[in-house]
Formats: sequence, C-alpha cells, structure tokens
Amino acid sequence: MALGLEARLGDSVLTTKLDEIINWGRQYSLWPMVFGTACCAIEFMSAAASQHDISRFGAEVVRFSPRQADLMLVCGTISYKQAPILKRIYEQMPHPRWVVAMGACASSGGIYDNYCTVQGIDTVIPVDVYISGCPPRPEAVLDALIAIQNKIQTESVLEDRHKDFKGILD
Amino acid sequence: MTDTVSEKLRALFPDIEPQKVLDATVIDVEPERLMVVMERLKTYPDLDFSLLLDITAVDYLTYPGQQGGRFRVVYTLRNWKRNWLLQVRTPVADPELGLPTVSGLWGAADWAEREVYDQYGIRFQGHPDLRRILNHWQFEGHPLRKDYDIYKGQVCYEPDRLEKEIRARLAAKGIDQSTMSDINTEMMFLNLGPSHPATHGAIRIFTALDGETIMANVNEIGYLHRGFEKTAENRTYNQIIPLTDRLNYCSALMNNIAYVKAVESWLGIEITDRAMFMRVILGEFFRVQDHLVCLAANLVDMGGLTNYWYLYNEKEASYDFISRLTGARLTSSFTRIGGMYRDFYEGWEADLERQLQAIEKGVNDSLKLVLQNRIVHDRTQGTCVLSPEKALSYGYTGPNLRSTGIAFDLRKDNPYYHYDSFDFDIPIGSRGDIYDRIMVRFEEIFESIKIIRQAVKRIPAGPVFVDDHRVALPPKEQVYHKIEGLANHFKLIFEGVKTPAGEWYDSYEAANGELGFHFVSDGSGTPYKLKVRPPCFYAMSGFHEMIEGEMIADAIINLGSINIIGGELDR
Repeated sequence: MALGLEARLGDSVLTTKLDEIINWGRQYSLWPMVFGTACCAIEFMSAAASQHDISRFGAEVVRFSPRQADLMLVCGTISYKQAPILKRIYEQMPHPRWVVAMGACASSGGIYDNYCTVQGIDTVIPVDVYISGCPPRPEAVLDALIAIQNKIQTESVLEDRHKDFKGILD
Repeated sequence: MTDTVSEKLRALFPDIEPQKVLDATVIDVEPERLMVVMERLKTYPDLDFSLLLDITAVDYLTYPGQQGGRFRVVYTLRNWKRNWLLQVRTPVADPELGLPTVSGLWGAADWAEREVYDQYGIRFQGHPDLRRILNHWQFEGHPLRKDYDIYKGQVCYEPDRLEKEIRARLAAKGIDQSTMSDINTEMMFLNLGPSHPATHGAIRIFTALDGETIMANVNEIGYLHRGFEKTAENRTYNQIIPLTDRLNYCSALMNNIAYVKAVESWLGIEITDRAMFMRVILGEFFRVQDHLVCLAANLVDMGGLTNYWYLYNEKEASYDFISRLTGARLTSSFTRIGGMYRDFYEGWEADLERQLQAIEKGVNDSLKLVLQNRIVHDRTQGTCVLSPEKALSYGYTGPNLRSTGIAFDLRKDNPYYHYDSFDFDIPIGSRGDIYDRIMVRFEEIFESIKIIRQAVKRIPAGPVFVDDHRVALPPKEQVYHKIEGLANHFKLIFEGVKTPAGEWYDSYEAANGELGFHFVSDGSGTPYKLKVRPPCFYAMSGFHEMIEGEMIADAIINLGSINIIGGELDR
C-alpha cells in the first residue's frame, strides 16, 4: 500500500534522463568499503559513530566485502607490502566505483617519505577525492562524501572513467 | 637492587665486567660464549631472566670514532620478580655467519631475530624460520643498515603465499596428509586478512583447519611498516615526538610520554612536579581511552554491538576535552623534552571530572550487558588460554601478561612520576583466557580513574617546563633582544636537543604493556639509532600458541582481546 508521494502520483508517468535518475540513486546510496590500515581508520570509526553519523548521507552501510561496495575509503598508510592487496581489493569492486584517499599518508605518503611507504595511493589505483589531515577530522570524511556525491551528479553511465589509468603495479 | 645483580653476574662470570646504565646492567659477551651465558641467565634460579624484552642490532658504520666491528647485537632481558633489567651486547664479526639463535630459550626470540635479520641482515644460526618479517619478500637489502638510502623504495608485485610456512608448522605439530586421510577428512587452508574486518588493521592470519578447528596457524605482519626507526635517524629528538603519536594511535599521548621520558632520563633532567602530575593524569586518561577502544571492538566481534555505542561514545566525547587541551583529537604531540607543550587550560578539572563520570557510566552500562551474560561467558571462559610460562617466554607484558596471573606492572615494580605514592591496585587474571583479558582491562579502567582523581587533588602549581637551556627554548624577549638567546633558540631548533654519546634503554608502562626505547647517541641532536620495543609485536608473536586447537571464531575474538595496534606492531 502506497502511503507517501507515490500514492498521489497514481499511474502517472515521469520522464527524466537516464543519467540523472541513475546518478540520483547512486549518489544517496553509496556503500563504502573501508580499507583501514592505520590511525585514519580510528577517525573513520568516529565518523560512523553516533556523534557524526554517516548515515545522514546515506552511506552507513559499511561493507567489508569489496564485491558489495561502490566507494572505497583508503584510511591509512599504504606500504609497498600492502599495495598489491589494495590493488586486488579495488579490482574486486564492481563498476562504477569511487575511491577516497583519506589523510596525508594515503594521499601522498605523508610524513613517511621513506623506503617502505607508497608515496600516494594514486600511483597504484585511480583516486577521486583526497582528504587532507593527519588524521583528518570526521567532518572532513563527511565533506569528502559530499564531494563524491557532487561528482557522481556530473557523470554519465556511458563513460568508462578510468580506462587509461596505469599505476606502478600495472 | 641492581648491585646484587652485578654481584651475582660477577660470581658466575668472573671475567665479565657489568656496567650500570640508568636502570639497566650491561654486559659484553663474546659470540662464542653467548649461548652459555644466555642459557645461564634464563635458567639459573638466582638470575631467572624469564622475560626477553627485545633484540636489536646496531650498525656502527658511520659512528664517529668507531672501533672494532661494524655490527653489534643487543639483547634486553628482565627478571620481572626482582625488577632487574639486563642488556647483553655481542659483537658480530660476519653478518652472514651471524650468531647462534636463542629462540630455543625464549619464544620471543623467534620474531625478534627475524626482525634483526630483516632490518640489518644479521643471520641467526639454527633459527627455525629465518625470513623477512616487516619488509616484503621481494625486498632486497637491509633498510636499517647505514648504507641503505632511506628513499630507496622497492615495489612488491604480489603477496607472499605462506604455503611452505603453514606446512612446516603442521609438520612441527606432527600432522600430515596421512593423518588427515586416516580420519577421513581434508585439511582446509583459510586466509584472514590483511584486509579483513576482524583483523582490526592489516594483519594476515593464515590457518589450516579441520572443520572449524585450527590445526596450525602462521601470521604475517609488516603491512603497516612505515619505517619509524629509519625516519627517526633523520629527525631531531623533538621532531620525533609526532612520529611516536602514530605508534599506538589509540593512546598517542602515552607514547609521547614514554619517548620523552627515555630522553630525559639519559640527559639527567628532572622535570617539574606539575609536569609529572600532568603526565600521570593524561597517561592514565589515555590508558582508559585505549582500553575503551579495545573493549568496544572486541565486544563487537562477539556480536555485542550495543557495547560499541556505550564504550565508543564515551571515547568520542573525551575528544572534546583532548582537542581542547592539545588541539588534536587523535595525535596529540603534547610532550616536549623537558616538560609539556603547555599547561592545562582554565577549568580543566571540571571538564575532566565530567568525562570521567561519563566513562564510568558507559563502562558500567556495558558491564551490565557483559557480566552476567551467558553468551559472553561461554565464548570467552576457558578459550584461547595462555599459560604464564608461555606468556613470559613470548615476551608478553601489560594487561595480556597480567591476565595470566603475573602481577608485573612497571608502575608498581619500577615506579616513576610518584606512582609509588598513589593508591591503586594491579588487577590480575587467574586463567589467562579471553575472559580474563577482557576483565583485566575493565578493571584497569576503574584503577586508572582512581589514579586520575588522586592526581587531580594533589597536582601542585608551578611551571610545566624545566628551566634548563639545554632543552628549553628561551623566552621570546631574550630571543629578540639578546644574541645569546637567539643563538640558543636557533641551535635548539636547527640542531636539536643534544644528548651525550652513549647507548641506553628506558621503558614505560603503556596501555598495552612495556613500551621501551633503545637509543644510540653519537652526541648530536639526532639519534644515531632508535629502536622501539613495542608490546604488540611480542603479543602477536605468541598468537598461534593461543589459537591452535581452538575454533576459528575464537581466533577472531582472541585477536581483539590482545589488542593489536598496527602502528606499534609494524612501526
């Protein structure tokens, strides 16, 4: 039984662009997969907990299987030892998929400019949004989420976004 | 106390001259005699060095005025009953030949020696499984050698398979394929991690299963190896403080305190009373935070999500106090060599007390769900039991060791910052199972709150920084108007706090156990070498002993109960 808006609409037909209706749906039902390795993962926990409450943005269904997720949040330092695993998990995610590099380490290596740390995960996988901070505050995670949502709005289902990407492991 | 250890050592080894360095007694042993000496240290009831805290090496390649060989290996031992700390130093003539292994004496030596091999390329003869531990298997060279370039990264193309290792472990336990076919079953290999929700960070747990029972287990770490030690060799002493934040990031301030305490004790600096009390209050407050996160996550693993909200919300609320004080939520960087970054703000007592009451409420609410809960009891009592002997052998310290019934706590056994004048108890377990580990942490929360309340009452007024031009920045009027002040400021910032040349070890009771720092100084403002003794690393090295024979689901909650923090584990 329809109780909301759909009750009023009855049998009427709405017309829109395919991109717009799909993007609208994708935008507000992002399922994040948290690739948490370090300190930033603790701040992501805060973003998910009651005070900041990520569910206000429709992204609270945190998946730990990449096959069920469309947004990857890389929270923490990625070492060269970790990099092939990051790449494999990313490849297991179905299209379309978005990536957020959370914090200085994931974005650029951060304070760890040395022999074991990947100097930014965009050398391994394509990244859509970077969050600064070491670690970023939970508000910054929410800000990045909004940035991803805005980005989704401008995309088209007909385009393959990162087909030319080539990282150090490719 | 330590005089008696010197006497006992002299009586046993007349030709070895023990030296005293801070709390530790240091002896030099020739490689040929290493095994004899180590065996006696471990097994003679008079000495009883049952705890191998750490093994590390020093590369003297660029050490000013160095004589003798290039490498030296240092073993740090402890007799926990009598508070004896001993360091055994042995020169290594040829790293390829290396030294005999001591992994037959202490379980902790297994991973410790692997780390020395990985970082310095020193081999240990007779080691059962000498391969890399922190760096990946395709890595070439040894990063902590002085001739390895810090920026020389090496790409890893695929993860290690670990198949050989698990088969070796199965064979060591006397299980092979024929045993399995005899009972009409097949072995299943199951890999958990390094990206798995239950591993709380990047750890890889590889198991061989019979049904759901774990027959053998090997673990791989190093996924969060961020080169702390190599980076520290390129920073001044004060610049390392932000790096220490990121060791155990659930209790960042405790690492800050442990680190500066180690530098100050070598410099012979006595910090002001107010700074000491600040460190006690904040240290204990962060111990509570650390336990809250550990328990919250552990109970979620068990299916009790409500506990997560009760416990984690209080941690989240505490950030208001912490960020108001330090300016940061997680990574505080609040100490400096010689004192604290700044004093408390006005009205901090009320804020702190409010937080403490909220935490007590949250913890009590959570305990109501846990204490009489049949499911919790059935899942945790008698599972993943660790005996006190095993715990000591694998170098366990902190709550994990205390849960086995051993009342060793540096705050009581080697007190610093007036800890001997506070009224608090050391909770211990009786069986060393998961239940004990959880309950010891719950109890420690209340004990820490007790200490905080006493310290808040007793904290004296006064400065929070020592008046010592070797470490303290001069007041701004002097910097702007006097050349001596300007020069002093410039030198402290650019060259760093200078420490006298030498080697020392100092430790602190962090939330997870004994957090130690082993320094080698060449007299300059940057450490020549800095090795962390992380409590997690040794807790993880004994993990397989706890879970073999148990169910796979128990392994998950056991991992949560020993509180592995990646930053500290892999550094």
